[in-house]
Amino acid sequence: MNRTWCERINPVVRDMPPSGIRRFFDMVAETKGVISLGVGEPDFVTPWHIREACIYSLEKGYTMYTSNSGLLELRCAIARDLAETYGVTYDPRSEILVTVGVSQGLDLALRALVCPGDEVLIPEPSYVSYAPTVTLAGGKVVSLPTGMEQGFCLRAHQVEAAITPRTKLLLLCYPNNPTGAVLDRKTLLEIAEVAVAHDLIVISDEIYDRLTYDGQHTCLASLPGMKERTVLLNGFSKSYAMTGWRVGYACGHGDFIAAMTKIHQYTMLCAPITAQMAALEALKNGRAGMERMVREYNRRRHLVLHAFRDMGLPCFEPKGAFYAFPEIRVTGLTSEEFAETLLQEEKVAVVPGNAFGASGEGFVRCSYAASLEDLGEAMRRMAQMVRRRGVKPRVISTTHRPIPAREAGVSVAGSVCS
Amino acid sequence: MNTLELLELLEDNARLTPEEIAVMLQADVGEVRRAIKELEQNKTILKYMTLVNWEKAGEEKVSALIEVRITPQRDVGFDGVARRICRFPEVRSVRLMSGAYDLAVFIEGRTMREVSHFVATKLATIEGVISTTTHFVLKTYKQDGVIIEDTEEDRRLMVSP
Ligand SMILES: Cc1ncc(COP(=O)(O)O)c(C=O)c1O
Repeated sequence: MNRTWCERINPVVRDMPPSGIRRFFDMVAETKGVISLGVGEPDFVTPWHIREACIYSLEKGYTMYTSNSGLLELRCAIARDLAETYGVTYDPRSEILVTVGVSQGLDLALRALVCPGDEVLIPEPSYVSYAPTVTLAGGKVVSLPTGMEQGFCLRAHQVEAAITPRTKLLLLCYPNNPTGAVLDRKTLLEIAEVAVAHDLIVISDEIYDRLTYDGQHTCLASLPGMKERTVLLNGFSKSYAMTGWRVGYACGHGDFIAAMTKIHQYTMLCAPITAQMAALEALKNGRAGMERMVREYNRRRHLVLHAFRDMGLPCFEPKGAFYAFPEIRVTGLTSEEFAETLLQEEKVAVVPGNAFGASGEGFVRCSYAASLEDLGEAMRRMAQMVRRRGVKPRVISTTHRPIPAREAGVSVAGSVCS
Repeated sequence: MNTLELLELLEDNARLTPEEIAVMLQADVGEVRRAIKELEQNKTILKYMTLVNWEKAGEEKVSALIEVRITPQRDVGFDGVARRICRFPEVRSVRLMSGAYDLAVFIEGRTMREVSHFVATKLATIEGVISTTTHFVLKTYKQDGVIIEDTEEDRRLMVSP
């Protein structure tokens, strides 16, 4: 880049490191025949009834802006869904904003709440967008590292210990990307108590709330005293396999939502109407399809956990989302070395754990949003690579026979739901 | 272990081994084996089959849907005639329907002649059959839940956050 042009770029942006995922993505893109467990989105195609509803809406001519807050009918459906599932009640007219994915909801919440120099507490390993969006909003990131020994669960005392007079926000993401950790109700209650005692606002990204495998998710806003101080972010990307549609929502105190809506109306106008139409259909008729996908994820989760244990990689049992986060230190490699070696030797892509913050070092993220065939084959290849690094398999595998593979990497998506 | 989930798995892929199923359903392998055996014995699992695209294999097959109207018989209703029709190996499926006719019979043969001959000489002549209407299949788009030429593939980026 021309030096002088480069100097004119906002230093906050210029000095921002590119995403660790991006770098790895370029490496994977250059390799042929890769089975990827590096994908952070469902392998299912959006269920057909949702796609069909969107096509129908286009035929009827729904191609215009909606109100800034989103279609009222959709906001009502969101309110009903949250009330039925978690018993939290939001007023669809003043406490819900339809956004362009959780991504935009997060950006709006941070921009609306963070003043220059405000500290934002983020449990780590964390979703790659959190720290940069906080920085862009002028805030200061304070990481709260979590480790495998604590099941990657944030503890209330960690929050308490990190609080300074500048602490304004706590940013939670459970079920967690990249670890798959969930917080049980008791832990959440303890964290909520700290938040109330220190008057913190909590942004709770619950995008994986429906993808839990061991009991139901606890919505932070449903806990005593939390609804008013929580900005709840959620969307349709993961639960309904709708990543490309770009639609989500934010719920919270009317004052917060009004502030976020102000930014939204000037910078985005509204979320795309076709996506809103599809989201409405998902809420109305999507439950059975979603439950089918969850059952499928759960079976794959057992499969990969079993495979990691067999090949001798310690792995904490993820209770949510569709990620497993095995520890790879026994191979003597760093996260990046492991991911690169696995890619080069066995053509399997995983994401190095340090892409999610320093506390992710020593781990890799494996997404099990992949077909059973691909997962079986990827696990077999990974086991070979790990064995070559001198790691002793824990037991003789009982599932070494790969499930009859289609051509590697060309799994047919949507085999369950379409 | 959830038997319905076990059946759901096997219906989708009969080649899964008891070991694989045991891992996925978090059950004991012996327990899975026993459950499968029992489901086979009590005929909940009728048969393990392969869904073949015969056209791709270069084999010409002709199939037809025959609407059959029959006279119900005392004591057995539609069952007597239906069971007789089932006996012919050319018959792939027999179903009692609501509506304008009684039985939907799927026939498979090598040529149209063979199928029409079978309908005219075997099916239509069974006592109790009032009439038959034959519809030949021109093209199959989806069978047993599988879209034959599915162009929906994995189009996701290889790595995403
Ligand atoms: C924790 C988390 N939050 C937000 C997002 C982005 O969601 P959306 O597609 O709704 O913008 C993702 C996607 O990977 C995620 O993992």
